[in-house]
Parts: sequence; structure tokens; C-alpha cells
Amino acid sequence: MILTLITHDLGVLEETTLQALTFARGLADDLGLELHAAVIGFEIENLADYGVSVTHLIGHDQLDDYSPSAWGVSLAQLVETLRPTAVVAIGSDRGNEVMAHVGAISGLPMVANVREIEASDESWSVLRTRWGGSLLEEASLRASIKLLTVAEHNTQASPGDQPSTMTTETFKPELDDNSLLTKIVDRVTVAEGVTLATAPVIVSGGRGVGSAEGFASLEELAGLLGGVVGCSRVVTNNGWRPHSDQVGQTGTVVAPDIYIACGISGAIQHWVGMMAAKTIIAINTDAEAPMVTKADYAVVGDLHEILPAVIDEIKRRQDG
Amino acid sequence: MRVLVCIKRVPAPGAKIVLTEDARSIDTSLLSFAISPHEECAVEEAVQIAEATDGEVTVLTLGPPEAEEQLRAALAVGAGAAVLIPTDGSDWDPISTASAISSTIGELEVDEPFDLILFGNESADSGGYQVGIRVAHALGRPIVSGIKAIGVEEGLLTLRRETPTGSELYRLPTPAVTAVKEGINLPRYPTLKGRLNAKKVEISRMTANREGSGQEMVRLVTPELEVSETEILGSGADAAPAVADLLERLQRAG
Repeated sequence: MILTLITHDLGVLEETTLQALTFARGLADDLGLELHAAVIGFEIENLADYGVSVTHLIGHDQLDDYSPSAWGVSLAQLVETLRPTAVVAIGSDRGNEVMAHVGAISGLPMVANVREIEASDESWSVLRTRWGGSLLEEASLRASIKLLTVAEHNTQASPGDQPSTMTTETFKPELDDNSLLTKIVDRVTVAEGVTLATAPVIVSGGRGVGSAEGFASLEELAGLLGGVVGCSRVVTNNGWRPHSDQVGQTGTVVAPDIYIACGISGAIQHWVGMMAAKTIIAINTDAEAPMVTKADYAVVGDLHEILPAVIDEIKRRQDG
Repeated sequence: MRVLVCIKRVPAPGAKIVLTEDARSIDTSLLSFAISPHEECAVEEAVQIAEATDGEVTVLTLGPPEAEEQLRAALAVGAGAAVLIPTDGSDWDPISTASAISSTIGELEVDEPFDLILFGNESADSGGYQVGIRVAHALGRPIVSGIKAIGVEEGLLTLRRETPTGSELYRLPTPAVTAVKEGINLPRYPTLKGRLNAKKVEISRMTANREGSGQEMVRLVTPELEVSETEILGSGADAAPAVADLLERLQRAG
């Protein structure tokens, strides 16, 4: 069987976890194996829509909130009991973290951010992400149980054929005090509604914005479009925006419907963080900048003149 | 606090990556190198913690002999001691790397354990997301990854991790391990005095065997990134109506 870890926060699915489930279903179909899911601490419904035949509910009174080690220990115990062919999770913060714990506990290799698998024989050939996606690595993986995470935004999540039977089994792990040390003790919510990771529109600024104050027009445009502001690494290094706004390999990887890159030259580390956007619009003074030549649409010129004009035009149409 | 920081030498971010002819590694002849970005912040965090607690910082790396350059860079911004586990420069898998680092830490801790061991969340190049976690398990210490703020009080660490909507807090007793992300701080530049001091420090060399695991790099591949033909909507403020048209169309379709 292929076992998929369903990552969630207090019962709310992680945005990208169904991408991993879809990837795992493809792998299970290729190998003629059943698709099972592991859910820790909460119940998640409708997994059968994605082809899951058995859901393993890992329950324990201490699993009422996320703890990297408790999740890792619990999943490692389930894996030891089930001995699946492979365990798959999404390459999110939590997915990579929990799978690394499972790898450490079981002594098995864990391959992070896989994009493709050729599972022809004992030794699997996997294509995985390096440099955030600007370079790929073909690796061979030999292990009694293959542990891997799937690169985010590389698989389109889609429902599949419902299995003939769908059952739920419960599993109670044994958790020692050590594994509970890493439980969340408090959480702070600063953003309600759209966030960088989920926004349909991102208006993003780079060196060309020139200052923290320069972001006012990006904020205004994002507001008009129901989006949020992002930025490149040089912007956070200059202290113009907080690091939580940073898009790219060492920031947030995003996949909005519309990405408007203002004054961003388009270094590869930034590009791999937003190349999954459906439509990319570049605004730049340099017509030869990588961001301009790679974008779907571009406006050549000074963003400080173009953005106010675009904002006025949108407002004029909204008023009319 | 006694803090250990584990770092990795990687090609400087932004460099153009060219593969060697056999595609087993990258052509390093024209590259400059740096401490991997998350780990550069880990060094800064360790130095700040040591300054606040009258502590000391040791920096450790597994890598080619040239990684001495990155150890000296960490010494120049405030680390007091440095340890190199030399390799032949080939790619080590995460299990082998973690095992070598764990056994080296064991030797370094003969007299006294480190209160805190810092890692970067993932290396910029291989991005395995696991060496710190494997080391923490080998040492029997708690670890949380993805940390963007560390608070230190009497034997207790408060760790903050960002989520899409805010942040989560964790509290760990020491000794503990933490993997941090860029953005936890803005790393300082070395002073001239720092650079001069860094040159005087003797770097300890420790040996470790490559254990091997079931995971092996076969070759590197330059991906064909999907690049579409660019449609130029115009130049300057005159392009505003075309941009507004496009946005209306996309938002209606989306």
C-alpha cells in the first residue's frame, strides 16, 4: 500500500496536502497498490473522493494540537505496524518536518520534494528539487519502506475514482514525555482572510521600488484587486518589508492566479518561488530583465509612473 | 549559553549554476561561495544569544577543506571556535551527514553539552530538510524547525514559527536543537577587527566516516523552466488602460 500523511492545522487541511494525495494516488495506480491515508488527532472527511480506501485515524488525548515529534513518533509507529511500500507527504513545513522525524526514528532515508518517480524495481529512481527548483537531482532510493515528500505546486490536486470500499481504522500511538515537548503552546493570528500563501493576486516589489514608502502604490493596487503585497529578497535585506512578505526560495513559495512583479529583476531564487503563478505580469524599466523576458505580459517603464496610472484607471472604471 | 551552529558551504545565492560534464556536480571554477542563507542567520542568532547570556559560540561544518572560508566568516562575526569535518567535496546524503555531525558533537561535548544547537531549516543547494532533525534524535534532544524568533530565559527557549496567518509558539527546555529560517534576524557584516581575529583562530579538524544509506545522487539535471512568450502591453503610464483591460479579463476568468 501507499500511505499518505494528511497534513492539517487543528483539522483544517493544509492548502497543498491534496496535491500529495493526488501524487500518491498516481503512484499507487502505477504499482497496483491500495491508497491509504494517515490523519493525526482529527477527523478529515471526503478522502474517498481522492481514492483513499482506508483512513488510519491516529488518536491520543495529547494529539489535540500539532507537535512535530509527537506526529513523527505516531506516524513512525503506524508505519512500523502497516509496513507500507511508501509513505508520502506534501513538502510543506509540516510535511517535510514530520517525515524527517519518521526518517530519524526509523533510520530510513527520507527524500524531500520529489517531482517524479520511476518505481520499476527494488531501487526507485526519483527526481527531486534542489536549489528550490532551479536545479533537479536524479537520485536512486533503496529502502524497505520509501519515505518521501512531494514538491508543492508540482501536482494539480484532483479527485479520483472512489474505491469500492472505504473504511476507517483507529490507531493509538504510545507517546512518551519527550515527544510531547514540542507541542504548540500558543498561537498568534495576525492576518485574517487572504494571505501571501493563498492570495489570488500578489503585487510584488523588488529593488526598483526604491524604499519602504515606495510600496504604498503596490499596497493600493493589491487592495483594489483583492490581493496582497509580496517582495523579493533584496527588499527584506534592505528592511523595506518584513521577511514574511518575501517570495522565493528562502521565503514563501506562491502560486496565485495573477503575479504582478514590479521592479523585480527576476533572479532564479525569486523565479522558482513564483513560477507556478497562472499569469505573470512584469513592470520594469529594463526590457531585458529576466523577469520581463520570462513573464506572460510586461510593461516597460518606471513603476512609480505606471502603478498610479493603473490605479487611477481601475478606480475610474469602478466608479463608472 | 554554549551554542553550536552547524553551517554548510554553498555557491553564493544568485550565482548561475553550470553543471560539470558528467552532471554529477556543479562547475565550481567560476563560483564564489557563502554560508547557506538560513545558516548565515543561525550564526547571527547564536552570536546574539551568546552576547545576551555571556556565552560562547562554536561553529561546525562538514565539507571540503575550502569550507574553512565559511568557518572564518562565522568567526569574523563573533563565533569563538570552529570545527571542520573535511570531505572530498562529493555530495553526502542526509543520513551520512547527520551521523558524522552527531558523532562529532558527541566528541565536542565530552566535558559539557551545548545548551543549544542551531541548524538552518534546509540547505540552499540540496534542500533535504532533515539533517538537524536526525542529529536531534541521535542526541535525544527536542527540535522544532522553521523558527523565526528565539527567546531565552533560564533554561527555557521560546520559539516562534510563522504560519500563513500568523505564528505558532513552542517552548523547549535546554539542551535543545532548533532549525531556523532566514528572516529571524539581519546578519551583521564583519568588522575589520573581527576579520583579523578570525584569522588567528585555529580550526579543529575532526574525522568522520561516510556511513552511506539507501539514497544516492545519480546526476543533476537543469530543468526546462516553462517560459512563455512575453506580450508587451506598452511602455510607461500610457499602458495603464491595457493593464486594466488585462486584469479585468483575468479576474473575470479566474
